[in-house]
Amino acid sequence: MAMNAEYKDALTKFEAGVNKSLQKHKERRETFTTVSGFPLERLYGPNDTEGMDYLKDVGFPGDYPFTRGVQSTMYRGRLWTMRQYAGFATAEESNERYRSLLSQGTTGLSVAFDLPTQIGYDSDDPMAQGECGKVGVAIDSLKDMEILFDQIPLDKVSTSMTINAPASVLLAMYICVAEKQGVPMSALSGTIQNDILKEYIARGTYIFPPKPSMRLITDIFAFCSENVPKWNTISISGYHIREAGSTAAQEVAFTLADGIAYVEAAQKKGLDPNVFGDRLSFFFNAHNDFLEEVAKFRAARRMWARIMKERFGVTNEKAQMLRFHTQTAGSTLTAQQPENNIVRVTIQALAAALGGTQSLHTNSMDEALALPSDKSVRIALKTQQIIGYESGVANTVDPLAGSYVIETLTNEIEKKAFEYIHQIDDMGGMLVAIEKGYVQKHIQDAAYEYQRSVEAQESIVVGVNKFQIEEDQGDMNLLSVDASVGERQIEKLRALKSSRDNVAVTNALAEVRKAAQDESQNLMPHIINAVRVYATEGEICNVLREVFTEYTENIVL
Amino acid sequence: MDERKIRVIVAKPGLDGHDRGAKVIARALRDAGMEVVYTGLRQTPEQIVETALQEDADAIGISILSGAHSFYFSKIIELLKDKGASDIIVFGGGVIPDKDIPGLLEVGAGAIFGPGTPTTTCVDWLEKAVAEKREKEK
Repeated sequence: MAMNAEYKDALTKFEAGVNKSLQKHKERRETFTTVSGFPLERLYGPNDTEGMDYLKDVGFPGDYPFTRGVQSTMYRGRLWTMRQYAGFATAEESNERYRSLLSQGTTGLSVAFDLPTQIGYDSDDPMAQGECGKVGVAIDSLKDMEILFDQIPLDKVSTSMTINAPASVLLAMYICVAEKQGVPMSALSGTIQNDILKEYIARGTYIFPPKPSMRLITDIFAFCSENVPKWNTISISGYHIREAGSTAAQEVAFTLADGIAYVEAAQKKGLDPNVFGDRLSFFFNAHNDFLEEVAKFRAARRMWARIMKERFGVTNEKAQMLRFHTQTAGSTLTAQQPENNIVRVTIQALAAALGGTQSLHTNSMDEALALPSDKSVRIALKTQQIIGYESGVANTVDPLAGSYVIETLTNEIEKKAFEYIHQIDDMGGMLVAIEKGYVQKHIQDAAYEYQRSVEAQESIVVGVNKFQIEEDQGDMNLLSVDASVGERQIEKLRALKSSRDNVAVTNALAEVRKAAQDESQNLMPHIINAVRVYATEGEICNVLREVFTEYTENIVL
Repeated sequence: MDERKIRVIVAKPGLDGHDRGAKVIARALRDAGMEVVYTGLRQTPEQIVETALQEDADAIGISILSGAHSFYFSKIIELLKDKGASDIIVFGGGVIPDKDIPGLLEVGAGAIFGPGTPTTTCVDWLEKAVAEKREKEK
């Protein structure tokens, strides 16, 4: 819109009115910012978006640069996948939770594994002591995986698995379970997280050093391109980076920089980003600052499209699209007045829907205290259903596009995030930036600054540093995982090891070792063979540990 | 002679990778003038106790969000006893339900700080606890 004289007059008049009002009543603060520190002006208007070119910068939904979404009809066609991350104790108990979630209308599974499983230890490993079944389900072998998906048809359900360092092993198990159900791997759909770089940065479940880890990842890309074409081979995750304390712009920047590193690694291996690129998926956090979050999702989509097209020369539109899962921000949940978390989650989930997410996990109100109870999980799922079916926001595509503030914040997040990416490029890429502690340092500084602002009451957290009440958790029905899970798993392992064909296991593990030592081989088929004869996850990972060695953390404080 | 600075080990026992809280509290304790050693992730109870002894620490702060708190607090406190180092103060925080706190205090934890606790509360508590400990040892 042109800034004509009439507009300018009106603006001058408005500003005079503001000044008059300010003399009578000061505003609540001197300056306003988003939670990530972007200045937020009193008012945004046509002058703020003046230089924008709709077709070039925003475009139609389903069209480059996909700012408005990756499909032309978005949620009018189909709502986002309501996918609740769940898993605890043993495969039996988690299977029951999954079947309950499916019967309540959840449309995709999301498996949480316990820490020993995530770090490649069997339940009887000394390192697993005290941890079995605590933050997710304990899986030691294909036997457990068969129980986990018992009576769940893998040709109909899509499954997301939060597994990184040993992703190949768990994917292999999933493929073998499907095989037993008579479902070919070409029919499987789902996601493995498989994003090791953010483990070094923020989440901590690494096993091997970066180089062999990147090889495991690109082996999966290559194997799935050929054999499991509907599988999302990676979920490049900003979620944990944000949880570790980053700002919104850092979340986008570091996630996309990780994405760039994966694309480059795969290219080096001779893979074509036009081919594997459309199986890359992303995972973001939905935080408290509603406007900033909506803008963040839109900015991330536009940036990835530009990166794929301009940096990597990708012409396949599907490989330019940033498709993403969202989870509401666990770090914003408070132990105080936990019911308030239902409201926080609602606002965050709404931002994800308005940001065009492909799937969503809503956190449960009691997660600052323990794993969620059945009831709180149900409320969290209902929150999504209410947004999807009652609020009306899903009935038109990208409803906040064209909002002066949303478009401005989208531009600003993109600008700031590209600044970080350019700095990382200048350092020599993400692997170097992680090794130098650059990424970790930026996140920690932001986390510390936020903590300081809460303690100084510059940021208000309702029920924590303002509006507190006396309360106790007595009436919260918290879930606790009993200590016998470890013992039950160890018993199962003992039974397994005495009933399986141990010669076949030894031979299969020897093949895994040979393949690990020879970079020209793809590890996936060998891992599948080992899994099929019931080699345990720990046995396979220990072979890989011997060949690849283990990563030691670079402590940055 | 001035009293020696408070020495504290901030530890992440077990496999839990959530280190935001540990790092924030480590910085806050350092900014409050203490000498802080952060162990990094995946420490066994034995390693943590060993570090505390080597560093001649006054206290160990344990951060744990994986639900394995009962196991690790008991284990670390037991090992300290075995080494004749029960005077080292053990405190902690993380995702720990209220109902588990009495049990942790009973095995010998000095204090448990839940989510949302201001860092200043921990700093004040630790300064006082170390002062009392040193008074006793005089």
